[in-house]
Amino acid sequence: MSRIEVLDAGPYTSVQDRGRFGAQRYGLGTAGAMDGLSLAVANALVGQPVGAAAIEIGPLPARFRAVDGAVRLALAGGLRGATIDGRALAFGETAVLAEGEVLALRACAKGVFSYLAFEGGIEAAPVFGSLSVHARSMIGSPFARALQAGDRLITGTAGAWSAERSLAAPARPAGPLHVVLGPQDDHFAPETIALFLGADWKISPTSDRMGYRLEGPVLAHKGSPNILSDGIANGSVQIPGNGQPLLLLADRGTTGGYPKLATIITPDLGRLAQVSVGATIRFRAVSLAEAQGAARAYAALLDSLPGAVRDIGGGALSSEFLLASNLAGAATNAEDWSI
Amino acid sequence: MSESEFPRVRPCGDAALTIELGSDIDAGLNARVLALDAAVAQEAPAGVVETIPTYRSLFVSYDPLRLDYATLTDWLLGLARGPLEAGKTGRHWRFPVTYGGAFGEDMAFVAGKTGLSEADVARRHAAGHYRVYMMGFMPGFTYLGGLDPALSLSRRDNPRLVSPAGTISIGGIQTGIQCLVSPTGWHLIGRTPARTYDPQRRQVFFLEPGDSVSFRAVGPEEFAALERRAEAGELVAEPLTS
Repeated sequence: MSRIEVLDAGPYTSVQDRGRFGAQRYGLGTAGAMDGLSLAVANALVGQPVGAAAIEIGPLPARFRAVDGAVRLALAGGLRGATIDGRALAFGETAVLAEGEVLALRACAKGVFSYLAFEGGIEAAPVFGSLSVHARSMIGSPFARALQAGDRLITGTAGAWSAERSLAAPARPAGPLHVVLGPQDDHFAPETIALFLGADWKISPTSDRMGYRLEGPVLAHKGSPNILSDGIANGSVQIPGNGQPLLLLADRGTTGGYPKLATIITPDLGRLAQVSVGATIRFRAVSLAEAQGAARAYAALLDSLPGAVRDIGGGALSSEFLLASNLAGAATNAEDWSI
Repeated sequence: MSESEFPRVRPCGDAALTIELGSDIDAGLNARVLALDAAVAQEAPAGVVETIPTYRSLFVSYDPLRLDYATLTDWLLGLARGPLEAGKTGRHWRFPVTYGGAFGEDMAFVAGKTGLSEADVARRHAAGHYRVYMMGFMPGFTYLGGLDPALSLSRRDNPRLVSPAGTISIGGIQTGIQCLVSPTGWHLIGRTPARTYDPQRRQVFFLEPGDSVSFRAVGPEEFAALERRAEAGELVAEPLTS
């Protein structure tokens, strides 16, 4: 087995997979990649299951070195300058990091989170079925915290491939993030919901993997801002007493006691994750049927990614990928469905 | 609210829903939630991922590729309208707690808001007999019902980003045991050395919804001694027979 050594990493770099399920009833949250589509693209490139563990790299620079053998890797997600011992590394293409070589990543130029996946994956013991780090819960594997300089992760050793491989990241439209109203939209007057849907919202600097705080008009509750604490879905739009929405994301608590006006649809969560602090977003309400249609198209797209990987310098897109892309396109078209 | 309003189902996005059986903190209502949760665990249609039982509702996450909202909703409402079998009786635990000062930095605020002395706040809180209605928010965070109404306080308008491990706090008519350092909108009145979650311990979690909890006030020295035992893997919270 080869290993990847962390030479430098910002405070927001950690091992993440699709998340941890089954212990939310005890308050243990799911964690998991902030941008599941980019995680899937990186994994598909190196031949790993789309939800497998990779390194999620926050917006700051990071450097890694291969030790005890060569490592094959792929980058996806937030765009940034990347070099291997000075040679440029393209996003969406596999490359081999020879033993002793250094992968250097600059700060994110577009987006927030990049994903670095490895041939053979990351070898570590799952905790409650997942390697995902939730630092505040002191859980995750092989390290129950963000990565630090000197950490070494066991990966596969780069095999002899006839060619390196590429995969174009599926296009992501701009436009509003789609939400399903509820579960507590009845705690807000119709004009307050209209204000939420009509306003530009700025991402606050106090945002992190737990949630993105928004700055904009104050959303007043009809009555008390307190509810009896209940379960929280990924993407919940929670309105605390100060009337400024908090979008609850991968590291959210499992339950909470402020009303949740709406929930961002699953296919749009990764797109939200890549919006930088200070940028603005908008929302658009869709029906549950539309949301589930989009969720099915998104799942089909994820499933299609491994079949869409091709050798660099030859090979055409598989028919399965084209079919899935068409399905996704039919669900999106003018309605601006994001993927 | 009319009685016919419940049970009702609300969507939580494209892959989860909440079924509400009522709107109160009530032991009988919570017992029905736990009974519904047990029924889902035993007989749920394929596609249910996991559940979070809460005071008066059950959060159900599901895979929209395998199970549609209408089918799941109908199935859950059918169960919830029927006679739900009560589950097993919970256990009783006693937690040591140190109130006020550096252990509960909102104690003076709570005393001011309630018009009680700090000693009275501690005495009234420790005198309670509480039901574990649910666990959530953070690993091991335990929502307890049975708070003296004189101690009830609305949550903070702007949640704190950090509060210490072991915090005992008040939020609305709820009180809670918090295991880890975490953000919170509740008021901090004390700390327990017991850990309701320890990923290094053989029994990672020991409390279950439906258990009951009482508190024993301890001084800072006993707190320190108990904290060392908790670090070594002991539960520190005492199981009681009655």
